[in-house]
Amino acid sequence: MAKFETPFLDQLETGPWPSFVSDLKQEAESRAKNERNIEYQIPQDCCDDLLGVVELSYKHGRTHWKHGGIVGVFGYGGGVIGRYCDQPEMFPGVAAFHTMRVNQPSGKFYTTKFLEDLCELWERRGSGLTNMHGATGDIIFLGTTTEQLEEVFWELGHNLNQDIGGSGSNLRTPSCCIGQARCEYACFDTQDICHDLTNEYQDELHRPAFPYKFKFKFDGCPNCCVASIARSDLSFIGTWRDDIRIDQKAVKAYIGGEFPPNAGAHAGRDWGPFDIQKEVIDLCPTKCMRYEDGKLEVNTPECTRCMHCINVMPRALRVGNDKGASLLVGAKAPILDGAQMATLLVPFIKIESPYTEIKETVIEPIWDWWMEEGKNRERLGELIKREGFQKVLEVTGFKADPRMIKEPRSNPYVFWKEDEVPGGFKRDINEFRKFHQR
Amino acid sequence: MDQAEATEKIVAALKKKAKTKSKFYFNDLAKILDEKPRAAKKFINAMVIDEVLEYWSSGSTSMYGLKGAGKQSAGEGED
Ligand code: HEM
Ligand code: HEM
Ligand code: SF4
Ligand code: SF4
Repeated sequence: MAKFETPFLDQLETGPWPSFVSDLKQEAESRAKNERNIEYQIPQDCCDDLLGVVELSYKHGRTHWKHGGIVGVFGYGGGVIGRYCDQPEMFPGVAAFHTMRVNQPSGKFYTTKFLEDLCELWERRGSGLTNMHGATGDIIFLGTTTEQLEEVFWELGHNLNQDIGGSGSNLRTPSCCIGQARCEYACFDTQDICHDLTNEYQDELHRPAFPYKFKFKFDGCPNCCVASIARSDLSFIGTWRDDIRIDQKAVKAYIGGEFPPNAGAHAGRDWGPFDIQKEVIDLCPTKCMRYEDGKLEVNTPECTRCMHCINVMPRALRVGNDKGASLLVGAKAPILDGAQMATLLVPFIKIESPYTEIKETVIEPIWDWWMEEGKNRERLGELIKREGFQKVLEVTGFKADPRMIKEPRSNPYVFWKEDEVPGGFKRDINEFRKFHQR
Repeated sequence: MDQAEATEKIVAALKKKAKTKSKFYFNDLAKILDEKPRAAKKFINAMVIDEVLEYWSSGSTSMYGLKGAGKQSAGEGED
C-alpha cells in the first residue's frame, strides 16, 4: 500500500513515455518488501516520502527543497550536493536527501559486477535511486543522509576503487564518447585522454578554486556524441587533415541498393530508392562533392568535416588517416547569460599521450587567466565575451586564424596591436601628404 | 607569507565581516591574502584540512566560511 495518495504524480504516468514516477513507486515497493534482507542505513520508506513531497510540490505549486549546504566528504569541495526538505516532520525519510556524483568510467563501460556493486552499495546506504548519467556525465546517486556520505565515499574508494566526481566551482568530471573502443569514426583515443586528464587534475576536481564550473568533454569526431561543442568550456572534437577515404565500389553498392543508407537507421518507412545526389551531394553544407562518371569526389580544402556523407555511407566513406582534434572554448548553458556554443581556438592538434602540449599551451594558461580575471560565477565563455577572444590568443600564444571567425562582431573579432604592425600606428605625415591631400 | 600568517589574515578578515557575511567566494579569500589564485589555493586548502575553513556548495557554486559560522540556511531577518 502506498504511504501517500499521489493523484498528480499518477497523472504523469499516463503519458506515452516511461515515467520517473513509476520508477520511484517501484523502488518504494521494493524497499517495503525488502526481499533480499538489505540492512537499510537510511529510512526504508524514503522513496515513499519522496513521492509524498513531490506530490505536495505539485499541489502547492512550489518546491519543498532547499538548495545547498555544508555537506561533503572531508577534504573534498565537490561531489556531494546538499539537499534538504523544508517539511521534515511530514516527510522524515527525505529530511536530508543529498545527491552524490560518482565519476563514471571513461566511455561509460561497465562490467555487470561493477554495476551490481554500485547498486548494492546505494540500496544499502542510499535511496537506491540513481540517474545514469547526469548532465555532467557522472553516475548520480540520488538521496542519502549526511551520516552516510563518508561511509559511501569510503566504500567506493576502498571496495570499488572508485572516486566521486565534481560539483561546485571546480573542474567537473571530464566525460568522453565511446571512442575507439567501438566507433570507427574516432580520430583520437577519447577514453585515454579523458582518464589521463581526470587523474592529472585531481586537485582541480576536488578542491574548488575556480570562479565557477569548468568542463572538458571529448568527442572522437564531429558527430559530437557527448555534445562537447555545446556543453563544455574546453571541447575536444576529433578531425582529420587529409582526404576522406573513398571506396568507389562501395559507393556504387549504395547507389545500387546493396547497402542500406545510414546503416539502415531510417528503415521505419519506405523512402524510395537511395538517391546519392539528393541525399548526400546536395546536402553537403559546403557543396564540395560531386558524383560524375561513376566516381565520387570531394574537394578536401572546402570540406568542413560535417560528417554527413560519412554517416550516410559509412561503408564507402571513412575519415582520413592524418587524425587529431580541433579544440574549442567557451560553450555554456543559459544560467547567467544566454546559451553559447564553443568557439574554435586550435584548428588542429595531434592528440597523443602524455598530452603535454595540450596541458601546457592550452589548459593551464587558460585556467591561469580565468582564475585571475574571471568574476565570481563567470564561465570561461562569458569572460571571453567580456575581455575579447584576442585575450585568449594572447594567453595561449596561438595565432589568429580565419577559421576562428564565423562572422564579425557576434563572434571573435581580432584586432592588430601596435607592436604587431611594421612601423607601428604612427606615420610620417609629410611622406603621407605626398600622396594624399588634406 | 607562511601558512600561519595566511591563516591569521583570513581568520581576522572573516571574523570582522562575520556579522553581515558568513560565506565567501574563493576570489574574495585570494584578495584578502593579496596572492595570485594558484598560490592562494595552497594556503586555503591547508586551512580546510586544518578545519579552520569549511566548504559550502549550492551544487553549482562553491563558497568558503569559517568552520561553524553561519547557519545551514540563514534566516531572512527572522532570528
Ligand atoms: C524547484 C526545485 C528545483 C530547482 C529550481 C532546481 C534547479 C536546479 C538547477 C538550476 C540545476 C543546475 C545547477 C547547475 O549545474 O548550475 C540543478 C541541478 C541539480 N539538481 Fe536541482 N532543482 C530543484 C530541485 C531539485 C531536487 C528536488 C533535487 C533532488 C532531490 C535536485 C537535484 C539536482 C541535481 C542532482 C542536480 C545536478 C544534476 C546533474 O548533475 O546533472 N534538484 N537543479
Ligand atoms: C577586401 C576588401 C574589404 C574587406 C576584407 C572588408 C572587410 C570589412 C570588415 C570585416 C568590416 C567590419 C564589419 C563589421 O564589423 O560589421 C568592414 C566594415 C566596413 N567596410 Fe569594409 N572591407 C573591404 C572593403 C571595403 C570597401 C572597398 C569599402 C568602401 C568603399 C568598405 C567599407 C566599409 C565600411 C563603411 C565599413 C563599416 C561598417 C560599419 O561598421 O558600420 N569596405 N569591412
Ligand atoms: S563522437 Fe564520433 S567518434 Fe565518438 S562515438 Fe560519436 S560518432 Fe563515434
Ligand atoms: S564531411 Fe560534410 S562537408 Fe565534408 S564532404 Fe562530407 S558532407 Fe561535405
